[in-house]
Amino acid sequence: MDYEPVIGLEVHVQLKTASKLFCGCSTKFGALPNAQVCPVCLGYPGVLPVLNEKALTLAVMAGLAMGSTVALYSKFDRKNYFYPDLPKAYQVSQYDEPICLGGKIDIEVEGTRKEIRLTRIHLEEDAGKSMHFKGDTGVDYNRTGIPLIEIVSEPDLRSPQEAYQYLKELKTILEYLDVSDCNMEEGSLRCDANVSLRPVGEKKMGTRAEIKNLNSFHNVEKAITYEIERQKELLSRGERIVQETRLWNADESFTRSMRSKEAAHDYRYFPEPDLVPIVFSAKEIESVRVSLPELAQRRKERFMKDFALTAYDAEVLTAQKDLADFFERCLKYSKNAKAISNWMMGDLMRELKLKDLGIAQSPMSPEHIAGLIELMDQGKISGKMAKDVFLEMFGTGKSAQEIVSAKGLSQLSDSSQIEGVVKKVIQENPPSVQDYRNGKKNALSYLVGQVMKATQGRANPKMVNELLVKELEK
Amino acid sequence: MSESLMDLTLHELSELMRARKISSLEVMQAKLARLKEREPQIHAYIRWDEKAAIEEARQRDNVQDHQGSLWGLPIANKDIICVEGVETSCASKILSGYIPPYNATVVERLRGEGAILFGNTNMDEFAMGSSTETSHFGVTRNPWDLTRTPGGSSGGSAAAVAGGLAIAALGTDTGGSIRQPAALCGCVGLKPTYGRVSRYGLIAFASSLDQIGPITQDVEDAALLLEILAGHDSKDSTSLKVEVPRYREHLKKGIRDMKLGLPKEYFISGLDPQVKVAIDEAIKVYTNLGVEVVECQLPYTEYAVATYYVLATAQASSNLARYDGVQYGYRAPNFSNLVDMYFETRSLGFGPEVKRRIILGTYALSSGYYDAYYLKAQKMRTLIRQDFEEAFKKCDAILTPTSPSCAFKIGERMNDPLTMYLSDIFTISANLAGIPGISIPCGFSKEGLPVGLQILGKHFDEATLLRTAYAFEQATDHHKRKPVVR
Amino acid sequence: MKVEMNIDDVAKLARLKLSAEEREKFSSQMSDILSYVQKLNAVDTTHVQAADHVEAVQNVTRPDEVKPSLDPDSFLKHAPLGRDQFFIVPQVIE
Repeated sequence: MDYEPVIGLEVHVQLKTASKLFCGCSTKFGALPNAQVCPVCLGYPGVLPVLNEKALTLAVMAGLAMGSTVALYSKFDRKNYFYPDLPKAYQVSQYDEPICLGGKIDIEVEGTRKEIRLTRIHLEEDAGKSMHFKGDTGVDYNRTGIPLIEIVSEPDLRSPQEAYQYLKELKTILEYLDVSDCNMEEGSLRCDANVSLRPVGEKKMGTRAEIKNLNSFHNVEKAITYEIERQKELLSRGERIVQETRLWNADESFTRSMRSKEAAHDYRYFPEPDLVPIVFSAKEIESVRVSLPELAQRRKERFMKDFALTAYDAEVLTAQKDLADFFERCLKYSKNAKAISNWMMGDLMRELKLKDLGIAQSPMSPEHIAGLIELMDQGKISGKMAKDVFLEMFGTGKSAQEIVSAKGLSQLSDSSQIEGVVKKVIQENPPSVQDYRNGKKNALSYLVGQVMKATQGRANPKMVNELLVKELEK
Repeated sequence: MSESLMDLTLHELSELMRARKISSLEVMQAKLARLKEREPQIHAYIRWDEKAAIEEARQRDNVQDHQGSLWGLPIANKDIICVEGVETSCASKILSGYIPPYNATVVERLRGEGAILFGNTNMDEFAMGSSTETSHFGVTRNPWDLTRTPGGSSGGSAAAVAGGLAIAALGTDTGGSIRQPAALCGCVGLKPTYGRVSRYGLIAFASSLDQIGPITQDVEDAALLLEILAGHDSKDSTSLKVEVPRYREHLKKGIRDMKLGLPKEYFISGLDPQVKVAIDEAIKVYTNLGVEVVECQLPYTEYAVATYYVLATAQASSNLARYDGVQYGYRAPNFSNLVDMYFETRSLGFGPEVKRRIILGTYALSSGYYDAYYLKAQKMRTLIRQDFEEAFKKCDAILTPTSPSCAFKIGERMNDPLTMYLSDIFTISANLAGIPGISIPCGFSKEGLPVGLQILGKHFDEATLLRTAYAFEQATDHHKRKPVVR
Repeated sequence: MKVEMNIDDVAKLARLKLSAEEREKFSSQMSDILSYVQKLNAVDTTHVQAADHVEAVQNVTRPDEVKPSLDPDSFLKHAPLGRDQFFIVPQVIE
């Protein structure tokens, strides 16, 4: 029998705030254990939470950018369960009245566009972290109370590739909004996948497994692929799928059942009495909407229209917000959009990749890139020279003008100087001159080559060409 | 019985301090002498630090320019309100050794007026009880009759004020825990409007019902303390930005223009006849003062206890889940693994009443029962609140007995939780509706036990409550009677 | 109406271990209390709003500002077991 995979993703995104969701502790990554905690996030007896207004705004922005409906009334609830990394033994989350409902994310896989619906987006606090030592476990509450949004998709994804694209799109949107760092290594973006199979044509959902511990987009793809195969095999043997939570082991590429979550949970949700409801007017939501930054799709279209970039170039440049920002900064110094796009997507990205750097760490500033293009456009250096100058700029961080001046590399564009060399070359190469005059026009390129050689490549080739023709036709 | 500064009220002592007729050290020494004399019989306190108290009193005396209205005066704290560096245990074994690393907002406010937080008073474990018998540290005895309970859960605070062991004390009230012990001990006990006083630093029992308030010797002291305790706190999202009147200035405005309501649902068959007599007398006092007394209806009163026990225990089951032996307090000595550590710690750390309520509350929230219990009770709460909104259209305040009976014998109700719960029948509605209530002494039984009159007011209208209570106090002298403690 | 509770399940959910004596006593007390609570069913609350929040307060927030955290030594010294700035618990098995 043929099976169709049905996949839904739950993505936890850390909101980019300076302080935690309900207290003033810092959210900075990498502190010593329990160095960023206070009575409130430790859940000490008697403390009370107060909501971070920025976290609220960021959640609304994310919702609006994903086409969700921002709730006019929403509230917080307590999700009760015992775990050492949960200091209050409940997580403050949103249960039946989340901040955002619905929404969608458009993805494209192998040329086909598809809309993935969102169920909801809700605000919640993160839990702490357990460190497993030999013989016991250490608990670090630095992450406790970090603001998160959980973005829950409908089970609209049908393949690991779609899941991968969905995450990529999601990340692009969140980065454009500057709502999150989306750094999976630091835990600021985490993903759980619900995977089930059903016979092709069947409408009913099969029994699903929830996969946790997916620490990169590629691992999400790999784990889902693994899980689909695992379930297929079980079904083909006539066995049943058990509804359970499974952990992805990235080192050995397999999922295994999670023992601690065996017992069915009863989270006993109820409205958090220590927090008050969140109420928005339509006007307030609209004012956030109009202040949203331009997102990738819109920017791509603008790049194509305003700068005559190809769809492919515009897509690559806008896939990452910082790349597109870099591109637009270059345009302040040079109007040659096509050249900027070519240099960025070619040489710059190649060199960055070799050094394992992001665009943010580029040793070349937008001003420098534009400066190089300007020198070329003014005919001061040739394309071949520019390649060498680029590499030197990348290595030293100097401007193109500095390098060209220091090496005396600038192009020879003075016609009287070139004219002298042209005359000399004509005198020294009578056979080629004869060939040209007899109609063998390709003899010209040999003569051009000789002029270039005599000027160590510095002569402006266009001028050399013109002057040679002028002299030969006299 | 010795003459003592401890027999003076907070406002009287405050005057003497301001006039420099007494020192903080003298007050503190009087208090310590009283403790030596009476604490062994009453057992109002769980702990106090004599050295620190003397030291703090000396420091206050050394300051030349004191402005605070409570300068150098000791206020007793209930063992549920956090004072930085002072062990605070909610009278529970599970919090033994817990030292808060921060101060409750009310503690900061009292200290801001120069007060000295002295001693943590005994209470029912996690404020769950009406008799101070569920404390891990043993029972507190009623100064009027040492064989009887002082009520609860703020029984230690009420017994300390009544027994001359505290000038005034803090209490907390979730279903009557300030008003009922105040009534049973012959003190004044005020539960403010929900949201009037910050809960930051009050160890939660039922978050949507808990409030901190004063237990004092007279109404003026209650007004004085409320002025300090009340006000918006940015650390408590449920505290309201409502202006705090200067309550003491309202006291003497008189009550001639007022209408007082008598809810017929509160004068029921279970009411102790002696309590009824005292309340009837109190109503006469008001009539003689020229007040119009009208009948009013609170039809949902009979559902208050059931509603309360669902909501309070459910919230408590969540609030008390954090006591698991991981971060602070008690951890069981023997366990086989992590989950077992939770079970052992919580089973050995909590007393029976707390366990009973956690079980009830867990059940009310659990899958399949939430709608029938918790949601239902939340809806009932709306109806009870609306009851009061309706009633207050016809009157400015409502008069009721505080408790259906006078102080009961120690041990008498411990094996029958439902009867114990029903003893809160008159106080619970105010917590559910979020309105303020005060209990004042209004008479004595034949055995010489105090009876309390409860006055309930509109949201944030503590001024009217206090004015009504003060007028009664001026016309009577019940509040001046002191118990003889032997 | 008599209402019974499966006290073992509920106690487990609440992480409470009950002695045989407690179990028996609580079961009968719970039954009394729950039976008493049934009186709420006499009231039709179909169209009544639940009082999730006591007062009509909304949108209480604070600015996103970092405040100093606690010194870990100040609270870890009171913890039942702490080591190297961690709270220590028995092995967690995932």
